[in-house]
Amino acid sequence: MNAMAIQLPDWVTLTSLVVLALSMLLALIGLFRGPSLPDRIVALDLIASLSIGFTIVFAVSTGNSRYLDIAAIVALVIFIGTVAYASYLKKKYYD
Amino acid sequence: MPRTSKKSIMIKVTIISILLIAGSLFSLLAAIGVLRFPDIYTRMHAATKAPAFGILLLQTAAAVYFATFYAVIISLMVVVFIFLTAPVASHIISRVAHLLGTPKWDKTVIDELENDPDVSIPAKITGNRAKQ
Repeated sequence: MNAMAIQLPDWVTLTSLVVLALSMLLALIGLFRGPSLPDRIVALDLIASLSIGFTIVFAVSTGNSRYLDIAAIVALVIFIGTVAYASYLKKKYYD
Repeated sequence: MPRTSKKSIMIKVTIISILLIAGSLFSLLAAIGVLRFPDIYTRMHAATKAPAFGILLLQTAAAVYFATFYAVIISLMVVVFIFLTAPVASHIISRVAHLLGTPKWDKTVIDELENDPDVSIPAKITGNRAKQ
């Protein structure tokens, strides 16, 4: 295959995955610690963005470009999730 | 089949490594911002912009690595969609947070939305409409 001519060193994708895992841990702490409900929504949005980054780095590290589909679908879904949470909060405000 | 010399492969590996590590570091910056910032508005500011840029860098790395038509189109689609929707989502979150009266930071200088009689208080507006 033409695309498989490149051999990345292992430590690059490993470092990237470790840094992403650390940032996801910090975002999880922020999710539990957030004082109000919009703070938690922001943390959830950040976790979804980080999962997109995870799938991209995983696709590069395994060399299978089909995993990029998952990134595209998650990018389509997180916006709807955030808007749903926001509209729920708005409805709670009006009641 | 394009001719690939050893030097061009080395340049590609360097570019991909720099892009991958820089993208994950931007995501780490966003997570630190969510933990450290004092306010919902500043926190939202950190949590929606930095990951979008990090995903841009990571997708560029993937597009350079795979270098097929499919991978480049998918990467472009993801980047365009995230850059279109992340500002809208953050705007909706901050709007709802302002509606719910989420406490602001002590050193907030100005809040124009609070003193704007036209757009600030939708409950009052709907109440007026109900009276008429």
